[in-house]
Amino acid sequence: MYVRFLRLFALLLLPTSGSLAAPDGAELFARHCAVCHGTEGRGGVGTPLALDSFLSSISDRFLAATIRSGRPGRVMPAFPVLSNSQVKAIVRHIRGWSGLAGPEDDRTPIEGDPGVGQALFAQHCAGCHGDHGQGGTGTGVAFSRSASLPIIPPALNNPGFLAAASDRMIKRTIQNGRSATPMAGFRHKLSDAQIDDITSFVRSFGDTAPGSTARSPEPLVIRADSPYDLQQTVENVRNAARAGNFAVVRAEHQEYGLVAEGEEDPNTVFVDFCNFEQLYGALQIDPRIGMFLPCRITVVAREARVEIMFINPKALSPLFNNQELDDACETMYQLYAEIVDEATL
Amino acid sequence: MRNHVSTLRGDRRRGDAVTRAARIFPLWPLVLFCAMLPAPSMADENLLMARSPLEFPEAMLTLQESIKAHEYVVARVQRVDIGLTQAGYPSDRYRVVFYGNPQEIRLLTREHKELIPLLPLNFSIFAENGETLVVAMNPSFLSLRFTAPELVTRFARWESDVRSILADVQRGNALD
Repeated sequence: MYVRFLRLFALLLLPTSGSLAAPDGAELFARHCAVCHGTEGRGGVGTPLALDSFLSSISDRFLAATIRSGRPGRVMPAFPVLSNSQVKAIVRHIRGWSGLAGPEDDRTPIEGDPGVGQALFAQHCAGCHGDHGQGGTGTGVAFSRSASLPIIPPALNNPGFLAAASDRMIKRTIQNGRSATPMAGFRHKLSDAQIDDITSFVRSFGDTAPGSTARSPEPLVIRADSPYDLQQTVENVRNAARAGNFAVVRAEHQEYGLVAEGEEDPNTVFVDFCNFEQLYGALQIDPRIGMFLPCRITVVAREARVEIMFINPKALSPLFNNQELDDACETMYQLYAEIVDEATL
Repeated sequence: MRNHVSTLRGDRRRGDAVTRAARIFPLWPLVLFCAMLPAPSMADENLLMARSPLEFPEAMLTLQESIKAHEYVVARVQRVDIGLTQAGYPSDRYRVVFYGNPQEIRLLTREHKELIPLLPLNFSIFAENGETLVVAMNPSFLSLRFTAPELVTRFARWESDVRSILADVQRGNALD
């Protein structure tokens, strides 16, 4: 009986035998990375990877650690479930674009004076990387930047970056810059000791970098009772949205477009509204936020009770791993709450 | 004949070894099999995305064809880029496609009022450098908040459909 079971097991194994082969880096990159970084690593929502100046200055360990841990709050997610061999395969695939071997991952610390480095950083680096190394804002070529501007200055204070980058890599990047990006080289402008000081200052971000701020889960749907009937509540929402500087895009039955006109459930109405300035700003922060669009409040009348509901932006924001978006969603939540308060007053 | 007998004995000995192993740990083949299954693509896939090699109009067409092929209705298309442009903000093409199964939505929202603001589901689709990106919330993300078994099953089916639709868009063909 057991032998029969083993034979059956052997048959089951046949279709999975491919998974025993060496991982295919190109296939893994296409599956996990290309949607943001582009099929050939030229960038998009994610930063471009297929730059010789980038690939020649970073080690395989830097790439692997970045894939593993991502950049908390900076869009790049962590991929903890990929096996070591899968991560290595992706790294090999990325390397293949340039054919350039990366430098050794020398983890010897650089001893500079972070106090001196702070002043130098403010003078030479903060203009792009921010006063606290928080990096540039926005993401993606669709809204934040044109395709001709290849990169948004990275956040040097990000725990993911600091864990992945060695002091030697940071120093090398400051010395040589990255051609085809706005990052200039400082080899001829600063002394070796000064570059060590900046490197030490960048490393010191690790002492103050904000850790992951674990928030308690937000309710996904916010609900509030309205003292008015359906029609009046809808009208109140429209007026409150306009008063909040939003344009009302449409007010329709929930089933609008899904069923034939006239057959919609008359007791559920949504009001779509938009502030285009805010929308434009939000798309610059992250172009993937379409699921938030347009702003919507739904009014539901059931059993002599009228309720107002909306999706809580703060509950969806964590999907994007984007701290900047988290802040914008906090603001958006307040605006929704004000409209609901006004409409139910 | 002797050979035949010794083969039988050998089989019996091997059978004994297998039986002993089975007594020690009867489910090891199953455990080994499970370990060989492909890992999920990411630990935290609450956002599902696809990059299409197609230009925006073709990708949009593929998306809508695939939605219909999966037996959903395209309820409406929010033209985000048009609104932005009319308001004076530059924008590449950007739309939000709302879709759903009317009967399913009516039934679900009757039983679970709190789902109303979340439905119909949507895909965001926008142009990027001659290619097109499509993004959707993973419907199974809703299982974290709505845990009724019938909903969890429904969300899992929606996830399967969303992945299939995204695969169509990524391949650039809804009819394969």
